[in-house]
Amino acid sequence: MRRNGNAGDGATAFLNARIIDPASGRDQPGGLLVKHGVIADVGDHLRRNAPENTKVIDCKGHVLCPGLVDMQVFTGEPGLEHRETLKTASHAAAAGGVTTIVVMPDTEPVIDQVALVDFIQRRARDNAIVNVHVMAAMTRGLKGQEMTEIGLLQRAGAVAFTNGKSSIANTRVMRNVLLYAKDFGALIVHHTEDPYLTEGAVMNAGEVATRLGLPGVNKAAETIVLERDVRLVEMTGGRYHAAQLSCADSLAVIRSARARKLPVTCGVSINHLTLNENDIGPYRTFFRLKPPLRSEEDRVAMVRGLAGGEIDVVVSSHDPQDADTKRHPFAEAADGAIGLETLLAAALRLYHNGEIGLMPLLRAMTSNPAQLLGLSSGRIAKGAPADLILVDLGQPWVVDKAEIRARSKNSPFDESKMQGRVLLTMVAGKAVYQYAGAERG
Amino acid sequence: MTGSLAHATFARRHLLTCDELTAQEINALLDLADKAAENNRQINKKRDVLRGRTLINLFFEASTRTQSSFELAGKRLGADVMNMNVSGSSMQKGETLIDTAMTLNAMRPDILVVRHHAAGAVELLAQKVDCSVINAGDGAHQHPTQALLDALTIRRAKGRVAGLTVCVCGDIMHSRVARSNINVLNTLGARVRVIAPSTLLPTSIDRMGVEVFTDMTAGLEGADIIMMLRLQRERMQGSYVPSTREYFHFFGLDYEKLARAKPDALIMHPGPMNRGVEIASTIADHSRSVIREQVEMGVAVRMAVLEALARQLPNH
Repeated sequence: MRRNGNAGDGATAFLNARIIDPASGRDQPGGLLVKHGVIADVGDHLRRNAPENTKVIDCKGHVLCPGLVDMQVFTGEPGLEHRETLKTASHAAAAGGVTTIVVMPDTEPVIDQVALVDFIQRRARDNAIVNVHVMAAMTRGLKGQEMTEIGLLQRAGAVAFTNGKSSIANTRVMRNVLLYAKDFGALIVHHTEDPYLTEGAVMNAGEVATRLGLPGVNKAAETIVLERDVRLVEMTGGRYHAAQLSCADSLAVIRSARARKLPVTCGVSINHLTLNENDIGPYRTFFRLKPPLRSEEDRVAMVRGLAGGEIDVVVSSHDPQDADTKRHPFAEAADGAIGLETLLAAALRLYHNGEIGLMPLLRAMTSNPAQLLGLSSGRIAKGAPADLILVDLGQPWVVDKAEIRARSKNSPFDESKMQGRVLLTMVAGKAVYQYAGAERG
Repeated sequence: MTGSLAHATFARRHLLTCDELTAQEINALLDLADKAAENNRQINKKRDVLRGRTLINLFFEASTRTQSSFELAGKRLGADVMNMNVSGSSMQKGETLIDTAMTLNAMRPDILVVRHHAAGAVELLAQKVDCSVINAGDGAHQHPTQALLDALTIRRAKGRVAGLTVCVCGDIMHSRVARSNINVLNTLGARVRVIAPSTLLPTSIDRMGVEVFTDMTAGLEGADIIMMLRLQRERMQGSYVPSTREYFHFFGLDYEKLARAKPDALIMHPGPMNRGVEIASTIADHSRSVIREQVEMGVAVRMAVLEALARQLPNH
């Protein structure tokens, strides 16, 4: 859904920028001109001089790149607005440099009907300050039994289909969904965790879980479902995206599927790239995630997979939970962590640590997800939407719960030191976030 | 004075887990418990170490022996003891554990003894209150006073713990008793073995410093101590083991398996026992069984812990 912000009609020129476009691999000094909400011109000739009658922004050599596209965001709208609304999520996104969010259907009610897709789009149009797209349920009520109206939902605007936080246990249902979705070219996004093996488990199986006395699940629970799904893709030809993988063994499955030219892609959450099971420490529930945080070896493997292009997409997996669901003993708390505001900064940790280059990192949060979902954003090119962010890669800051815009504060990065932050976020030519300390710097 | 020794070496505010206790701390508590055990055999058992103090037993999970043991320990030291069984009340009204903790904290207890069905729950609660907290069992995590009373029972019977081969047998996966004992026994220098079918062994248990056996006959070879664990009824019928009969055949302590251990091996069980499931009924009553001593030492160890913690309380 495109926003038609009136303020976007005036022209804005970004001068003296380091322009990074992951779609084309461009990383050059230059300038960029925004008109009528789209990128009108870009190049070295705009580096120092702006056309007349334009608002000029001096980028001071900082990075100007496409706004991030986050294809896994949970909100509480409809049904659990006390945790997060589309509005609060969009403000959190803007502050984090995310210009497009794809909201998950795990709401009350579940987004499994055309009218509900329409509802989200209307609410987003009226209240959200970033682009909001809907990922609809692929089975009714996310129960994994009956297929939803994939064709009509797609026509209504759903950009992909998912079973939310749960895996479809019934292999026949999964096959039929893939087969049917193929006729519409629809993307099936699947959470891969065997529901029987994960039953009762609250973290990764291993020494840490054993010492803490918590029931753990072996990472094979993920790989087992992924392997089955890849076979089904081979059988049906449906487009398949593993929503968030967490272990090295799963990447081996992806490699083998790619070698066979299957339409299989995969994502990883920022949490699984930057945290591991040891972070749970003394039962910290903000680190209780689904899939669970794994070992350090698996984390390193995920970063390597991202650098090597095996992993296509990084998501925040923003999942707001409040005291009602998190202030409990670990085994009784809910899964999930918020992440929209820290997605980019946490990702930049990997860059600053020398674990991955800037280009593959940004690609997985911009052009790759945009391309998968068929969006025109996520790139810097003439005619593309002016969804842009200006980023100071070096700026140090500390995550402070009091400044978090998301309605729920369950951030695993609370009080963490970060390096690199968004100075300006623009959606369709309109500035939707400006860092208060930007002028001082 | 034994008390001042404990004061010097056990200076914690809470007793939540065994995995950070030093040998010095454990021995200080056991020394104190030895004195308490002696005291408990006198006609006049009452002391005034905890006079004026309030002890609340907060049990989110039903318990007979641990709760009564703490109650008796508190009363013998002169504390006012209140028992709260929360399993059915405020929890069902939707109150979170933390809210319950805050409510109790406002009543100004000096020591809270807490049992909860979730691992880590007692630690979470301890972060929210001003008093001392004793973990009386949290999920499959820890049960420190049980491990201390087991160590005391062993030390009194064998004169030492270091160098002994201790076999912990049964449902290791779901057992806080096993985890606490592994910590304490390892710290005191014992050699610890765990014996169970693979379905009842948690992942990477060997990383806790134990030898792992899935064959009980082999595992009991040369054992000084045989510590049996209770197998919960709901785990007997096909989910973790096929049947009670098969479990007893391979993992129940009978005379044939007992013969593999040293002739003077002690038989222990934290209770309550399932006679004929994990232990043959006559073995439970065997002359080498110290199961009743364990109960007696339970009161003594809890008195020692209460006394040591009371010395850390303000205004003492």
